[in-house]
Amino acid sequence: MKLPIYMDNHATTPMDPRVLDVMLPYLREDFGNAASRNHVFGWKAEAAVKKARQQVAELIGATDQEIVFTSGATESDNLAIKGVVEYYKSKGDHIITLKTEHKAILDTCKRLERVRQERLDELKLLRLGQLAGRDVSPEEVAELATKHDLDNDETYKKWAEMPTGGARVTYLDVEKDGRVNLEKLEEAMTPKTVLVSIMFANNEIGVVQPIAEIGALCRKKGVLFHCDAVQGIGKVPFDVEAMKVDLASITSHKMYGPKGIGALYVRRKPRVRIAPIIDGGGHERGMRSGTLNVAAIVGFGHAAQLAREELADEAARILRLREKLRKGLTDALDMTIINGSMEHRLPGNLNISFAHAEGESLMMGIKDVAVSSGSACTSASLEPSYVLRALGVDEELAHSSIRFGLGRFTTEEEVDYVVQLVVDKVRKLRDMSPLYEMAKEGIDLKSIEWTAH
Amino acid sequence: MAYSDKVIDHYENPRNVGTMDKEDPNVGTGLVGAPACGDVMRLQLKISDDGLIEDARFKTFGCGSAIASSSLVTEWVKGKTVDQAMTISNKDVARELALPPVKIHCSVLAEDAIKAAIEDFKKKRAARKAQAS
Repeated sequence: MKLPIYMDNHATTPMDPRVLDVMLPYLREDFGNAASRNHVFGWKAEAAVKKARQQVAELIGATDQEIVFTSGATESDNLAIKGVVEYYKSKGDHIITLKTEHKAILDTCKRLERVRQERLDELKLLRLGQLAGRDVSPEEVAELATKHDLDNDETYKKWAEMPTGGARVTYLDVEKDGRVNLEKLEEAMTPKTVLVSIMFANNEIGVVQPIAEIGALCRKKGVLFHCDAVQGIGKVPFDVEAMKVDLASITSHKMYGPKGIGALYVRRKPRVRIAPIIDGGGHERGMRSGTLNVAAIVGFGHAAQLAREELADEAARILRLREKLRKGLTDALDMTIINGSMEHRLPGNLNISFAHAEGESLMMGIKDVAVSSGSACTSASLEPSYVLRALGVDEELAHSSIRFGLGRFTTEEEVDYVVQLVVDKVRKLRDMSPLYEMAKEGIDLKSIEWTAH
Repeated sequence: MAYSDKVIDHYENPRNVGTMDKEDPNVGTGLVGAPACGDVMRLQLKISDDGLIEDARFKTFGCGSAIASSSLVTEWVKGKTVDQAMTISNKDVARELALPPVKIHCSVLAEDAIKAAIEDFKKKRAARKAQAS
């Protein structure tokens, strides 16, 4: 067994050597531009891209014409959300998403909210200028707005309902197990709702959302459904037809392909339209211009094919290892809590809180194992994970969480080693922890007046 | 995050981990931080009647820097008088351990823990005196 051990497969996966093998010729002799129509170099590249497009499409039950290659999932998420908001702005401007989504979704939504707010501020300035009969400076807005009561001004109200290019966003809470409540989702829909964006599987807690039910609800309501499917695709079955998904973000490096390449699935029947966010030569049917990264696309395609062929066996094997890890840790250690649904969960994910042992120092103790802290406190911000907080996990427990991500290359020997190491280190940290001592003495930690700092 | 060798050494070989009897009139206990913030430090000092710190014990829930900061101050305060210990500042701790900027609060916590422990001891002594008189 080689150290360090990699157990952070949610962050990225190592490239499968078989993927690299199929890529190499496209970095050497077959280097053509897939858009070159005049010679054999171009034709070869174009054929390779076509094959890869089919391989990716097949993995999700789509057709090759529905796959738009992008630089990765962040771009796919941006393209889906901004593209829909822009294209359908005359229909409505409301988006619904979850508080536990990836930042690529949440930050995109926040940007669209800001765009809308800035536009409304401009309109306010304009209308107040009209009412005052002179130019109004932004500093005067607050004062004049109360005087002229824009809330009851018919002209301003009409203007404010016009498309702004931004969006209003509802960030839905999740249930304790991390899953969306379908009734709350339906309640949140308004006639202005154009898009629901809900992830397939969560990157921190591995919880799998009821995608088919969400898809059916969105279809019934005439709302488009975008799914950030990055973490789940290739690990658990995903089918855009059965699940009625309209747009889906995929990335190669989470399924043993190269980094820097991903795709957005855009449904053809019934047809979904999006405005591009990158303009240029009109590649990818105008939805994403830019010379195709042929070698990476070929690798992505092959990774998709391998994932499809091996999904069932691989999922069973990884699940067995994950369960071994879970059992090993929870049998040996008291006061452990698994975060998120155990039933609806990626086979390779274990997000676990070791109460009264702090996550970052635990990671320091197991430095030969690459994992991720459930908390984001390694950064300048000392806030614990927003995903765990959205689940209602106690802040202390959120600070004591570790995310294990098992993958294709995880071995049984590694799991055994990790169990032993983590158990030892958690015990060591707890021996050093005043909280563990107090909990053992039966002191209610919530009854203590803590000094914040 | 890349920690200094001193942080790693204190993290791997923490000095003076343990618990003293809270009820002992010569033991001052300082408990600072909050579980929700991810750091709780408990420092206990055994102080002689003439104000000499004879022993120190700590227990800490927190990151490597928090553990190292508390371990370091237990070494520093031993043998010092209460007044000398009160002059230990977070800057000394941060400098000694070469803490990265985002971890400065761990050294602040260590300073606070010393002060809280001494304050607890003084309170106990005052209470004892009041009882005796």
